[in-house]
Amino acid sequence: MTLAAQYVANGLASGGLYALVALGIVLLYRSSRVLNFAHGDLCTLGAFLALSALQAGWPYAASVAAGLVGAGLASAGFYQVLVRPVREGTVLGLVITTLGFALFLGGFMAWVWGTDTKPFPSPMSDVRVYRLGGVVISELTAGSLAAALVLVALLSLLVQRTPLGLAMRAVAQNPVAAQLLGVPARRVLAATWALAGMLGASAGVLLAPVLLLDPFMMLDPFLKGFAAAVLGGMDSLPGAVVGGLTLGVAESLFAGYVSVKFKATLSFLVIVAVLLLKPEGLFGRPFERRV
Amino acid sequence: MSAELLSVRNVEAGYRRRLVVLRGVSLSVREGQVVALLGSNGAGKTTLLRTVMGLIPDQPEKGEVRFRGALLNGRDPDAITRLGVALVPEGRGIFPELTVAENLQLAGYARRYTRSDLDAVLDRFPVLRERGRQLAGTLSGGEQQMLAVARALLLRPSLLLLDEPSLGLAPRVVAEIFSTLRSLNQEGMTLLLVEQNARMALEVAHYGYVLEAGRLVLEGPADRLREDPNVQELYLGVQREASPKGFRRWRPKRRWA
Repeated sequence: MTLAAQYVANGLASGGLYALVALGIVLLYRSSRVLNFAHGDLCTLGAFLALSALQAGWPYAASVAAGLVGAGLASAGFYQVLVRPVREGTVLGLVITTLGFALFLGGFMAWVWGTDTKPFPSPMSDVRVYRLGGVVISELTAGSLAAALVLVALLSLLVQRTPLGLAMRAVAQNPVAAQLLGVPARRVLAATWALAGMLGASAGVLLAPVLLLDPFMMLDPFLKGFAAAVLGGMDSLPGAVVGGLTLGVAESLFAGYVSVKFKATLSFLVIVAVLLLKPEGLFGRPFERRV
Repeated sequence: MSAELLSVRNVEAGYRRRLVVLRGVSLSVREGQVVALLGSNGAGKTTLLRTVMGLIPDQPEKGEVRFRGALLNGRDPDAITRLGVALVPEGRGIFPELTVAENLQLAGYARRYTRSDLDAVLDRFPVLRERGRQLAGTLSGGEQQMLAVARALLLRPSLLLLDEPSLGLAPRVVAEIFSTLRSLNQEGMTLLLVEQNARMALEVAHYGYVLEAGRLVLEGPADRLREDPNVQELYLGVQREASPKGFRRWRPKRRWA
């Protein structure tokens, strides 16, 4: 029983980070119908920028902020320069555009920071542990989960309670009608992309101490986040969070009781199962369009 | 004569450089007027409004659209809205998954409106006050149209463009909408009204244009248009020259062609 609880605790911790990644993906899919395959690399870019700031002697908080801002700017810039002009094109064209940007970012990071893995410092220790009953949680794990939950809460406040969030929801539903009300749809979309980039970078910064930083660090977490987004329903922000946590726990239990080697495969089983059984995901709206 | 608010000069516009819809349209709307734009399906009425608002990228192909003398060609729709032109689009363009209150709130995104502005608009449409917390998608068609007009009014435009406000509504609701439009005009609002319901439109309007296959074929004061034999036959459904054998022409004569 304690063992199961331990698996669940570990699963929640990685699930929180999957949720952060999934939120970035869903945010963009909802508002601009773009599957952003460069999202993972934007996360890594944020972590690298934070690392450079740390090495330049900046305090931890300022370095992380720099990483977030940098990734946000890169994401918004990518939208303004590449995605928006291609917007008139096909879905396939957009997917290829984001894939191309992903490759470019990977190359750029390898060029600037090199391909060898680097340790990423964290103010939280992974040696110091808390014991809750029989369950052992390292400070780093607990801290990451807490940070992820706080970020999720902040995002939902932003989306539900602020004028910018309202404008984001409106633009996602009907960009033309939003423009007719004087809402600058392009700028709102750019802000959405920046926000997604910042969320991603925060996931990158939280994951880097665990995974060690290299240009391809986010490959696996990005795919997990993607699976979590599909599980929750590509359209739903709460769905992305629930999907992320569920996937994390499921994966941890699967690794504990079935096989560690096939742990990574589970997310693809999840995608296939969701597409077969409930294509709209847990929280997504069934695909209907009223004409 | 009052000042010219909107001027459309020799506009040619279409979609993706392939389909030409408007072939040299010129019209003008003066301050305080209600102008009706009539035409059958596919004549280009909606395209004209979309061109004015900058909703079709890279259009108009030729010609110019001016509002109070300022060139609108190539501006973004949200910028045009902020200049004081509001469009209530065909199909209403409400946000079905936002509440009525949120739909109204969005109109204040670019330029805040005051509490009393909101009250004035809600007094005009009391239903919306009761439905504030309801999702806009659950409103009836008529209520959605009222929400769309209310939202546009909160933008405090000097020119209001309406695309088929009567579409899909019960006759009583249509009458209600038109009486709102008339009272808006009496309070000084300028309207450009695109309608298939020519009878209602010509009752409210001062001046009218008839658009056919992308060209203006007739214009004149509304009362003259109402008397025009072509307009009567094509848009008002008045039957002339009764055939001795009870046949109707399968295609009305167009005397302007």
